Amino acid sequence: MSHGDLRVVPSPQLWGLAAEFATVDAFLSAVEACRKAGYVHFDAHAPIPVHGLDEAMEIPSSRLPKLVLAAGVTGCLTGLALQWWTNAVDYPFRISGKPLFALPPAIPVAFELTVLFATIAAVVGLFVANRQPELYHPLFTLPAFARGSDDRFFVVVEARDPRFHREGTAQFLKGLGAEAVYPVEV
Amino acid sequence: MTALVELMLERRSLGPIGEKWARRTFAFGLACLALAVLGALLLDSWRARFFPAYLTAYAWVLSFTLGALFFVVLQHLVHAGWSVVVRRLGEFVAAQGLWLAVLALPLLLGLGELYHWTHAEEVAKDPVLLSKKPYLNLPFFFLRLVVYFAFWSWVGKAYLDASRAQDVSGDPEITLRLQKRSAPVMVAYALTVTFAAFDLLMSLNPHWYSTVFGVYYFSGGVVGFLALLISLSVLLQRSGFLRRTVTREHYHDLGKLLFAFVVFWAYIAFSQFMLIWYANIPEETSWIIRRTNGGFEIIGLILVLGHFLLPFLLLLSRGIKRAPGVLVYPALWLLLMHYLDLYWVVMPEFGGASPQLVDLLLMAALAGLFLAGVLRLASRTPLAPQKDPRLEESLAFENA
Repeated sequence: MSHGDLRVVPSPQLWGLAAEFATVDAFLSAVEACRKAGYVHFDAHAPIPVHGLDEAMEIPSSRLPKLVLAAGVTGCLTGLALQWWTNAVDYPFRISGKPLFALPPAIPVAFELTVLFATIAAVVGLFVANRQPELYHPLFTLPAFARGSDDRFFVVVEARDPRFHREGTAQFLKGLGAEAVYPVEV
Repeated sequence: MTALVELMLERRSLGPIGEKWARRTFAFGLACLALAVLGALLLDSWRARFFPAYLTAYAWVLSFTLGALFFVVLQHLVHAGWSVVVRRLGEFVAAQGLWLAVLALPLLLGLGELYHWTHAEEVAKDPVLLSKKPYLNLPFFFLRLVVYFAFWSWVGKAYLDASRAQDVSGDPEITLRLQKRSAPVMVAYALTVTFAAFDLLMSLNPHWYSTVFGVYYFSGGVVGFLALLISLSVLLQRSGFLRRTVTREHYHDLGKLLFAFVVFWAYIAFSQFMLIWYANIPEETSWIIRRTNGGFEIIGLILVLGHFLLPFLLLLSRGIKRAPGVLVYPALWLLLMHYLDLYWVVMPEFGGASPQLVDLLLMAALAGLFLAGVLRLASRTPLAPQKDPRLEESLAFENA
């Protein structure tokens, strides 16, 4: 490569520490220990749904339902307003002796828009809240992490955590029964 | 296994308490019925109201069993694991077919009063009824009722008996057999419920027809049953039964189902109304006009708000669905609303909109007699399956 000699190789920077666990019990108690130790920027990765993980991490309940409700109400009002304005205000045209605007025939559209707005809010909200799409993650550089979607559980503490200490945190994670603790670099 | 051990320590059978409650509810129901009969013998206004009120209350309790049959068969059909611990309560309610057939007998005395099409001389004068005679005639009507009740009784008993046999043997083959059987049973169930609704309720106005009417009765019945199941379960737990067996996770799912069927009921009821409103054909609108005049419009409005909007908003909340002590109130409320729904279907054909004492007496009578049947079964059988292959899954169930 002609530009190869021009490239500056950045020195790797520590992003965090990944601790590998073999059992659900060790994994759950490690997650709880991290929370109790005061870590805030830590995450848990498991290949199967683990009941009690939310409680162990103290993840607050989702704000999504409120957003979906608000979107649903907006959709309903939009549907009603749309039909009232188009049929009774903007272009009044009487069909088969029916009132220009009446609630019974307006409900299906109001209902559909309620569902449409609410579901779009739910899907978009889900993506935004989960910071998706996220095409790259530092953990992908760790070969051992592949087993995190097979038979291993991972607790990851990020370097930006105020309580993070390269040696101290590694020792702490080993003390929780980790099979191994890997540095993750970017 | 710890979960199973806990279940063994649990008070899992009603036993003598159930017998006592069954006797009390039976006596209460019988006393209310006796009062209503006495009143009907003495007062003309009660006499005129007796059979319509009986039919309303009867359609109410019948729909609980129909809703329960749907629930029990559905759990097997979809191979549901979460619901095993509450399925037995459903099986008790579903197995009331024979008892309901007995409770239907008083209606035979009022057939002439209730069903206009039973009068041959009226039918002969009426070309519409004449054209419906091949279906709407007494011999065929009785034959259909016998078929419906035979089928419902058989299904209810078969599922309860099989479930009880599994309590002893723990044979997983039983689960597989019930699962296999549930698909054809569900199809036959849909047909029987649809035609039963046509026969018992829609033919009160034999000129009027609505193809969605069967689904309307069905949807209300499932709402009623789920509300009953939640209420029964909470009452049993407050009395010290099933305390560790049924958890808030199960209530959460029952609440979701109740929510879904509240919406389904509204969807169906509204579909029926809107199509009639839009087409505006006299032969269809007469039914709606009768139900939106003379005070019945107030009952219709109460249904829109109380059978749909209020429970819809309450049951949206995850917190309410997960708190049995709170969820029980929308459930009890919906039991009443479901009665009012049937009242709105039956009563406009017979009298005024304002409820009378005889209506309430017969409602209490049938509720008491029906509950007595449920409690009698419950006192002889464990309140939750003991060796169902999916019992542990159900005990450990969590909403993700």
